[in-house]
Amino acid sequence: MDVFDTFLNLDVMARAWPLLLQGLWVTLQLGAASIVAGLVLGLALAMGRLYGPAPVRALARVYIDVFRSIPLLVLLIVIYYALPFVGLSLSPFASAMSALTMVSGAYSAEIFRAGIEAIPKGQFEASAALGLTHRQTMSDVILPQAIKIVIPPLTNNSINVVKDTALASVVAMPDLLKQATQAQALAANPTPLIGAALIYVAVLWPLVALVSRMERRMGGGAGAR
Amino acid sequence: MSGFVSIRALRKSYGAFEALRGIDLDVAKGEVVCVIGPSGSGKSTLIRCINRLEPFDAGGEIRVDGTPVVPGRALAKVRAEVGMVFQSFNLFPHLTVRRNVMLAPRRVRGASAAEAGALADRLLARVGIAEQAAKYPGQLSGGQQQRVAIARALAMEPQVMLFDEPTSALDPEMVGEVLDVMRDLARTGVTMIVVTHEMGFARQVADRVIFMDGGRVVEQGPPEAVLGAPEHPRTRDFLGAVLNH
Repeated sequence: MDVFDTFLNLDVMARAWPLLLQGLWVTLQLGAASIVAGLVLGLALAMGRLYGPAPVRALARVYIDVFRSIPLLVLLIVIYYALPFVGLSLSPFASAMSALTMVSGAYSAEIFRAGIEAIPKGQFEASAALGLTHRQTMSDVILPQAIKIVIPPLTNNSINVVKDTALASVVAMPDLLKQATQAQALAANPTPLIGAALIYVAVLWPLVALVSRMERRMGGGAGAR
Repeated sequence: MSGFVSIRALRKSYGAFEALRGIDLDVAKGEVVCVIGPSGSGKSTLIRCINRLEPFDAGGEIRVDGTPVVPGRALAKVRAEVGMVFQSFNLFPHLTVRRNVMLAPRRVRGASAAEAGALADRLLARVGIAEQAAKYPGQLSGGQQQRVAIARALAMEPQVMLFDEPTSALDPEMVGEVLDVMRDLARTGVTMIVVTHEMGFARQVADRVIFMDGGRVVEQGPPEAVLGAPEHPRTRDFLGAVLNH
């Protein structure tokens, strides 16, 4: 009974591998769908928070603060186990995607807001003076500049979303972690868990490295436009 | 009678501070008006009220070609008829020079890419920077950027051009090239309202010079009168300080 047989048992790994790949595929689908929906929600919240009429601004602020305060796992369990009592039963995927999107949207909104607020006032004034509408000012002048600023923090947020998809395993979602725990139970050996951990790192490490590079580049070259 | 740009009882307060204390002013079509005065006199605030970049107090009224400048859907339309050039250029850094000029004709006037491109090329040639069209604003000198900003404003074929200290942020050697473009523009009969510290430009180009101080128009008239033989002691003090530095 040595360490290799226990944690890196190749026989066990070979048998678990197809399951892990299935799980990875589910994890990536859940992550990608939540990231995209979270970005759309975040942009809408940021617009409401910055430019909406007073009640919309207040609601957006409350939403953003609430969903940045609530633990994702609690939110997920409420959606999956509590909402059925009021007749709303969501599938594991829909539950997990809703929870991830709601929280990611709140964080994205703050990132978008910071990016938009970093654009000099003169850009808004020049657009207004030319007769551009608010919508045109946003789409043609402000957002193209703000996007550049917010790409590193948004990528960071996306990495967090992908990591947080692992929480979906508690609502019986057959994601990478769930597949790994099942394979572990089946084989009575923890090797699949180690495999899952390595897969998470392999998928996310390049993104983490990319963010570091972008942040270094922006930090060094911000004044050199 | 009221002018092409007509301003009545214009007041603007920031809390207790009154930046504009009741301005009445008419500018005729084709007239070139230079507004001078010490900093804090309200001259920039005044021209920023004309296209309502600066909201003003109720009771005052501004009309451009008869249309009141009030908030709402009509505001963008009035603004499209009023070109503005800023002290700090405010070019769009993510667009090439040519696209800076093309943006508003395309989006606001609905011009095709070909039409807007041809217009941009013509205007960039007019301000003398046709060869920089493919560059980004950050690659140009201040004087070149300000000339692009003038071309960008002209692309909307505005009825009135507002200049808010257009040469104040420039290195001295670049002031002349921008003033030359503005001088050419004045000759073509464009209505211009220019806030400036360039007394030489005001003397040569203005039909009328307005001296402001403390949020009021203190004195106005032809340049030779206001600049040459000012009646009001505050005008004399200001010109003395500006011309003898």
